[in-house]
Amino acid sequence: MPGVRDKVAIIGMGCTKFDEHWDKSIWDLVVDACHEAFEDAGVEPKDIKAAWWSSIIGGYLGRSLNYALKLDYIPVSRVENRCASAHDAFINACYAVACGAYDLVLVCGAEKLKDAGIPIPGVVDPAEPYISRVDTRFPPPAAYAQLAVRYFTHYGIPIERGREVLARIAVKNHYNGSLNPKAQFQRAITLEEALKAPIVAWPLGLYDCCGITDGAAAAVITTPEKARQYRDDYVLVKGVGMSCGMYQGEYVDDWSLTSIEENVRASRMAYREAGIENPRKQLDLAIVHDCFTITELVIYEDFGFSARGQAPRDVEAGVYELKGELPVNTDGGLKCFGHPIGASGLRMMYEVYKQLQGKAGRRQVEVKNQLGLTHTLGGTPVDSNTAAVAILGLRGA
Amino acid sequence: MVGVVSYGAYVPRWRLSKELLRRGLKGEKAVAGPDEDSLTMGVAAALDCLKGLDRSSVDALFFASTTSPFKEKGAASMIAAALDLRRDVATADFGGTLRAGTTALKSALDAVKAGSARNVLVVSADCRLAAPGSAFELSLGDGAAALLVGSEGVVAEYVGGFFVADEIYDVWRRDVDLYVQSWEERFIYTQGYLRVLSEAINGLFKKLSVAPSDVGKAAIYAPDARRAVELARAVGMDPAKQLLDPMLDSIGCTGAAHALMLFTASLEEASPGSKMLIASYGNGGDALLFAVKEGVEKLKASRRGVRGHLAVKRPVPDYVTYLRWRGLISLPEPRVPMAVSYPSASAMWRERDRIYPLYASKCKRCGTVQYPVLGPSHRVCVKCKAKDEFEKVRLSDKRGKLFSFSYDFLRGVPIGLVNMEGGGRVFLELTDVDVRELKVGMDVELVFRRLELWRSDGIYGYFWKAAPA
Repeated sequence: MPGVRDKVAIIGMGCTKFDEHWDKSIWDLVVDACHEAFEDAGVEPKDIKAAWWSSIIGGYLGRSLNYALKLDYIPVSRVENRCASAHDAFINACYAVACGAYDLVLVCGAEKLKDAGIPIPGVVDPAEPYISRVDTRFPPPAAYAQLAVRYFTHYGIPIERGREVLARIAVKNHYNGSLNPKAQFQRAITLEEALKAPIVAWPLGLYDCCGITDGAAAAVITTPEKARQYRDDYVLVKGVGMSCGMYQGEYVDDWSLTSIEENVRASRMAYREAGIENPRKQLDLAIVHDCFTITELVIYEDFGFSARGQAPRDVEAGVYELKGELPVNTDGGLKCFGHPIGASGLRMMYEVYKQLQGKAGRRQVEVKNQLGLTHTLGGTPVDSNTAAVAILGLRGA
Repeated sequence: MVGVVSYGAYVPRWRLSKELLRRGLKGEKAVAGPDEDSLTMGVAAALDCLKGLDRSSVDALFFASTTSPFKEKGAASMIAAALDLRRDVATADFGGTLRAGTTALKSALDAVKAGSARNVLVVSADCRLAAPGSAFELSLGDGAAALLVGSEGVVAEYVGGFFVADEIYDVWRRDVDLYVQSWEERFIYTQGYLRVLSEAINGLFKKLSVAPSDVGKAAIYAPDARRAVELARAVGMDPAKQLLDPMLDSIGCTGAAHALMLFTASLEEASPGSKMLIASYGNGGDALLFAVKEGVEKLKASRRGVRGHLAVKRPVPDYVTYLRWRGLISLPEPRVPMAVSYPSASAMWRERDRIYPLYASKCKRCGTVQYPVLGPSHRVCVKCKAKDEFEKVRLSDKRGKLFSFSYDFLRGVPIGLVNMEGGGRVFLELTDVDVRELKVGMDVELVFRRLELWRSDGIYGYFWKAAPA
């Protein structure tokens, strides 16, 4: 059977606290995250055969990882695919294990944004250094604000109700974050606080936007056969999916801008591989790319959790809360972790991995189907995105 | 018959109240917005002038300004590109003197008369910088005018002109100067402006055997309202009846463009049969006489002109904002660690068709109009995937509807997706709008503006933005 389903196992994961780490370098964070993963897996650094390294501004070369960890001359590939970088690195590492090229590899993502002043991705884009620069560039809040404007306009949602729906998502994620010692923001907020916060890009306010943070996360992966030698509660990769856009939001004048097609494609690819037909019923939890609350709202629909146009109602009904029908962003999401770009995807997998193992503490959800989804989204709905999804399941699930 | 075939004007909508400059002063002046300069104002006036006309009939474009954004680089060529004029259009940049506008007009008239061009577009704009606190700061304003000179469909026939050259240091700006300088006021008016322009206007009257009373309206460059009245009197005209209000308390003295703007304003109100005097000063004097013809009233309906622009205005909020727009106070450049990316001259050149006239691609197979995002690689149709099967469609003269918008405080620039009439979607900056007025579905038009790129870079980027229609 094509694909990576049940061919790759995660045996160890690590994740630093996501924070303003003024006293730590990116290499400190890498060492902390990777050594937590090594210890969790019960492997020695010297056992690692190859590695994939995900970072946007934290080290442009594969060797950056070996430099931090002093791994001896192993191959390291650096992967950069905007906010989906960690998923992309993970997926490529999975391919290497699934095809038999390596049987024990490391994936690490890290970012140190707080050393860099205020990074404004989108205003300048190192991926396109030679263009004429006449085109409108913009920071992400402005792009996602347009998604909110269109969503509300398209479905005839009054702005007050629309903002309240978004605020409920922020309140939910902040509550979940308040239960997570690794989150940057561990404070629950009220609906009123969220609604009264300063506007960042209308209609998005402060609590609709994720923060800028430092952090690192890592995974040690191997074959299922080998995984058994290390632990019983290893986690299998059930399905992966990825989709890259082509700037359709800017090109096509009948593009509705109420949905992110890349999300739809990437999730269906992963569902097919994982054998998921009803994600709302079959998934135990989902950790998705809530860079902005409107992104999470649209993801509910893009991923088939909510019917088109119904996500606001489901939010109001509490479907996605910690005790709801399908808990989303149980760890607090980007909302509470911030978004060290190259690390976020692995941070999400860390949460699903711990939840599936029953080690999520006060955030523990019921994992009756033993399936959890992770998702990152790089780019914006106005230009285009890279969406990546990885579905993880407990051994035997 | 040679003369003016069409006219257009541009006045930036931003007005600086003189109260902000000196407590108790009345009136205001028009100032270019942060994304405007003489070149962009010139494009706006030219677009007003060319409305409904066949752009391919323009054989030459003359741009006149003392404040071209370039000391060395053709502004006229860029204006011609933005206007999508023919490739074989003759262009010339007139500068250096405040008479540049009328001198360009004279040259255009001469060219048409000589048969070397059928239609010549004369564009004049100025945006002169006065030292903060100086008297010039009270009087200088920004604006542009455009006149199409030809021999068919003439609405103001050229009767004749008289030109005087004069050497004097009265008002000047050296190559190293930021601000306009001048000698003391009595000297510059009595020995410069009044003496030389009287000589030019009297010379014109004598040459054409015209009596001062024959002039219907006089559009005279006026650095100062009182001096213009003195001048009109000195040449035998009745200032109250014949002198056109120099608009110093609504627009200001717009330098090389001033006389042409006043002339445009007078054509907006002219009736056939009257005679118009246009005179400009700057190291000499130019005086030209026109006779207004049938058809002038028809133009009024379709031209925004000086008066149309005057009716739309927004106040500059405070003096500091004005200083920032003029680059006289600079904030530190934002520190952006994601690699600073400067505009590339070769990329701009390669993409010139989609930047200056704003050409979109229309798929010959499926008909989808698509604006080439990131231009250089638009080879494949986004819908039907046909390769290299496009025809060009000009978007810059089309209106659009705002499909979505946003504004963030980090960059401080409103942006929006605009669906163009006839198809196509373009992602643009929005300008000349209060963000609180933005609404999905609002009508917008495209305006050519200077981009705020990296201040330390050596290239000015120019591109289209959307403004409320």
